[in-house]
Amino acid sequence: MPIPVDVILRKKERFVRDPDRVPPDFHEELDRLEEAGELVVQRIPEGVEVVEVPTKYGRPKRVPKSHLWHHKSCGQCGHIPGYSTSIFWVMRKLGYDYHDPKDQTSCTAWNYYASATSNDAAQAAVAVRNFAAAHETGYFPLIHCGTSYGHYKEVRAELLEHAELRAQVRRVLERLGKPLVLPEEIVHYSEWFYALRDEIAARQVRDFSGIAVTVHPACHYYKLVEGDAIYDPDVYGGQRTAVVTALAEALGAEVRTYSTWFDCCGFGFRHILVQRDFTRSFATLRKIEVMKEEADPDVVLTHDTGCVTTLDKSQFAAQAHDRNVGVAVMSEAQFAALAMGAHPFKVCQLHWHSANYRPLLEKMGIDWEAAWAEFQEDVERLRRGEQEYLTWEDVDA
Amino acid sequence: MSTSVVDPYLKAPEVAGYADVSFEEKRKLFEEVKQDARYPDYLYGCYECGVCVAVCPSARFYDFSPRRIAQAAAREDVELLYQQMQEDIWECSQCFSCLRCPRGNNPGGIVTIMREVAVRHGMASAREALEGYSRIIYKIMSTGTQVSPDMLQPDAFPDWGPEVADVSEHLKLWRRALPPETLHTTSTGWDVSDRTLLELYVIWLETGVLDMIREVDEGPADPAGPVGGRLREEVSCRSRWT
Repeated sequence: MPIPVDVILRKKERFVRDPDRVPPDFHEELDRLEEAGELVVQRIPEGVEVVEVPTKYGRPKRVPKSHLWHHKSCGQCGHIPGYSTSIFWVMRKLGYDYHDPKDQTSCTAWNYYASATSNDAAQAAVAVRNFAAAHETGYFPLIHCGTSYGHYKEVRAELLEHAELRAQVRRVLERLGKPLVLPEEIVHYSEWFYALRDEIAARQVRDFSGIAVTVHPACHYYKLVEGDAIYDPDVYGGQRTAVVTALAEALGAEVRTYSTWFDCCGFGFRHILVQRDFTRSFATLRKIEVMKEEADPDVVLTHDTGCVTTLDKSQFAAQAHDRNVGVAVMSEAQFAALAMGAHPFKVCQLHWHSANYRPLLEKMGIDWEAAWAEFQEDVERLRRGEQEYLTWEDVDA
Repeated sequence: MSTSVVDPYLKAPEVAGYADVSFEEKRKLFEEVKQDARYPDYLYGCYECGVCVAVCPSARFYDFSPRRIAQAAAREDVELLYQQMQEDIWECSQCFSCLRCPRGNNPGGIVTIMREVAVRHGMASAREALEGYSRIIYKIMSTGTQVSPDMLQPDAFPDWGPEVADVSEHLKLWRRALPPETLHTTSTGWDVSDRTLLELYVIWLETGVLDMIREVDEGPADPAGPVGGRLREEVSCRSRWT
């Protein structure tokens, strides 16, 4: 009897949620522990507009539009600063207020997944110290990094489940004079972009209808504590996370699929730093080459620090070996900023990227040579000491 | 050569290697893995379906298998688990694609715990894996951010293309050309306040992480780096660590 492939494929066209398989809503335990005085729940401030978005098993997730405490990402700020800058720029353009704190540390999860030189209590204490810092300001945390987001969701699950861990972490936090705080939702910036995609599209000034896109969904966004990630029945039939893709579609770009979409990028945490032969091989052979062959995109969009770094930086060495690589890589935040008219160098800071983005800019109708000359003029002003830093006003001048 | 001695499903010691380490010592390490509060949530048994291997990036390029990790743990195969702690666990990419397991296992999570135990005991595999990495550990502990712009040196990343040299050459100017005020730094990802560094230091101290690191790396006298002296002073004023 032949294998009924068509029946299997039909079943995969749409993800139908089985109510019996819905995991319990963590909010019940969160509220119970708050009532018991074991922790403080940071609520979305009253008066802040909220968008409800769908998650994998149907639970609506509340995403605040404004008054956000930006939990920045080490790799974004350090090596691809146009990523963070674009997030801030889009938020400013849409008129939503935020706080960019100095009392924030890294989640330290990159180090933890690379070296294991930590433990569950330390990781949880780092997380809730950051949450407590956000709580002190009244601004609601928005997590920039996919790994921070995934790790914090794991930390939340561990804290809610293990009383001993809670007690240990509370003792550490008492030393710091802070309470044990968890936000009512852990929100990733790409969820904010998903929630605001129509507002972003309404401010679009560049035509992206000729731009072909492939999307790499970040592992730590949707594989860790999967029930908390956004899945939209209207995007991939609810079979894959909808963030990034829904935004690219709202901006009129053509999203093309490819067979290895579920594969990780090859980052590996320790591998990207000390074993890059693995990272490079995986990123090019399993991701970029497959995308090129099956979808031939103009740009690869993703929503995590490690993924942008890996997919972008790994192509240079492969190109030297005449592999089928050579495609621009950026976050969907940078892509959205470009759609809204952001400067490719002053805001999106594409000169920090390695893979060739210039053909993409040309397709977007951007004269990158003129844009680079404008950026160089600004840099010269800084060099001459006429001003110390570029300001938000400068980048839109 | 036969791999069976008593139980045909367990790795024979002469095949697993590390005969210089007693079974008791190996069992003690595994007991420590099992005692981690997360362990019961990470292992439910194994169908041996291989889905975790199919989605595992490390399995494609290394002699590594998340299925063997879950199986060894489920069978409590002490000899094999010790071999894995010495030879396999550092290959894992920690992407957690293996969470696709239909049984609900988390082989990547088991690896995380095994790594922690390996570090705590200063095992050879941990020392070797972290040899070129320790600078990063001290970076995160002392500055509060994992990577910094000044790490982008062309001699450290020759395979990332000529743009790395451009960034390195123009680093200070290009950082000043970033509109967010917190990003003008070059030795940290963003501007982290001293008070925050102090709090981070207290966390490492109180949770035993500093002792843990000393097992695998002698490192600098004070892992909190240049701010260490002042931080220690403040900590001693504020707490019982005197």
